[in-house]
Amino acid sequence: MAKMQAQKLNLYYGYKQVLQDVSLNIPAKQVTSLIGPSGCGKSSFLRCLNRMNDHIEGVRIEGKVKLDRKNIYDPSADLVSLRARVGMVFQKPNPFPKSIYENVAYGPRIHGMYKTQADLDHIVERSLTQAGLWKEVKDRLDQMGTSLSGGQQQRLCIARAVAVNPEVLLMDEPCSALDPIATAKVEELIDHLRTSLSVVIVTHSLSQAARLSQQTAFFHQGRLIEASPTETLFTNPQNDETQKYITGRYG
Amino acid sequence: MDTFSGHIVKSYDQELNQMLSLVMKMGEKAGQCLEDAIKALVEKNGSLAQTVIQTDPEIDKLEREVDDLAVKILALRRPVARDLRTVIAALKITSDIERMGDHAANISRRAIELKGEKLPTSVDALARMTQLVVTMLKQALVAYQNSDEEMALHVWHQDREVDNMYAGLLRELLTYMMEDPRHIGACSQMLFIAKNIERSGDHVTNIAETIFYMVTGKSFVPPEQA
Repeated sequence: MAKMQAQKLNLYYGYKQVLQDVSLNIPAKQVTSLIGPSGCGKSSFLRCLNRMNDHIEGVRIEGKVKLDRKNIYDPSADLVSLRARVGMVFQKPNPFPKSIYENVAYGPRIHGMYKTQADLDHIVERSLTQAGLWKEVKDRLDQMGTSLSGGQQQRLCIARAVAVNPEVLLMDEPCSALDPIATAKVEELIDHLRTSLSVVIVTHSLSQAARLSQQTAFFHQGRLIEASPTETLFTNPQNDETQKYITGRYG
Repeated sequence: MDTFSGHIVKSYDQELNQMLSLVMKMGEKAGQCLEDAIKALVEKNGSLAQTVIQTDPEIDKLEREVDDLAVKILALRRPVARDLRTVIAALKITSDIERMGDHAANISRRAIELKGEKLPTSVDALARMTQLVVTMLKQALVAYQNSDEEMALHVWHQDREVDNMYAGLLRELLTYMMEDPRHIGACSQMLFIAKNIERSGDHVTNIAETIFYMVTGKSFVPPEQA
């Protein structure tokens, strides 16, 4: 069953139309990759999924994005709870200038997700363990998050995102600033995360999309060209545009 | 015009085209070997038979070259979609062609043994059967070069004719052997030759199926299994 559904989504920045009639289902507990050339609208689409575009001046959105069949753009929708349910990890790791512990505890604190200090300690440990970082940092939780390596910082951001138990995790090129080993660790982590949540990932690495996701969606010039099971898309794409792009024939 | 073009990275096109031309070269050599092997048998030409036997290692060497290039492309270019299927197809097609080369060499060895024998007229049927298989192989290579799945299907359907000819030849040779036991030596050699040619026809149908997969992305399902 689809966890999220975009239906006839149109997005405009001022007069410029960035997305045209995009309809895409995000299946539950699967990884969906969004691929396409720069400026094709994949990141803009990702940001529509938790209303990150709301703050952009002149933005206009038509169509629906449903989370568990409820339109997140409905005027009555609760934005704070939406952002907790649909978390986001960005391209560049952006830990807060706080301790490792506080980075992870931040979300649970503002959402009041615990009663005792022991509860919070437990959430921090669980989240860091889920992000595969616990063993590396458990003896230095009071150190600054920014003191970690790039790959560790990105996993800290993932720990921060999963601390509030999101149902969907949006990732915008989460590995583009990481070396291959750190990338592999994050990929392993994402593969593990999908046992408990849905992941949507924007990536420029086609092989990462192939390795990591169960569904791949190809965007071009603001349109969704093709969304297929990843295996189908990379062995026998149905659309000629997709074929050209993934085989490296696109100008 | 090159078959592969349009990649942003031109050297990728070059490698795919190089792989394709190696497969073509290998197929042409194997076809020539089959033709020559039967010619050597019919004309009792021992030196032609030797030439075929000596060409077989060249065919094997071409197969290794295609293998190396395919592995290189898989490792360095990470092909997907049509490009991936092209590389997989090259690997499969060359192993079929390599077997055809072996069959041609086997036929040549028997041709040398049969040089002094008087052959029954069935040898003409053997020659016709070989001609059909070689024609099928040539058409398959054209289908491969042009990514023509229709032509590949056309090739596939012709194998039934090869099988019919094989069954006819079997009966004919059997009759000769029953007529006069002195024919048994030569006729049983010719039975093996007929089997080699019939197997070559099967390899051509495999190649046709592979081309169909390469072009359409779908596995070929024989009509009787569909």
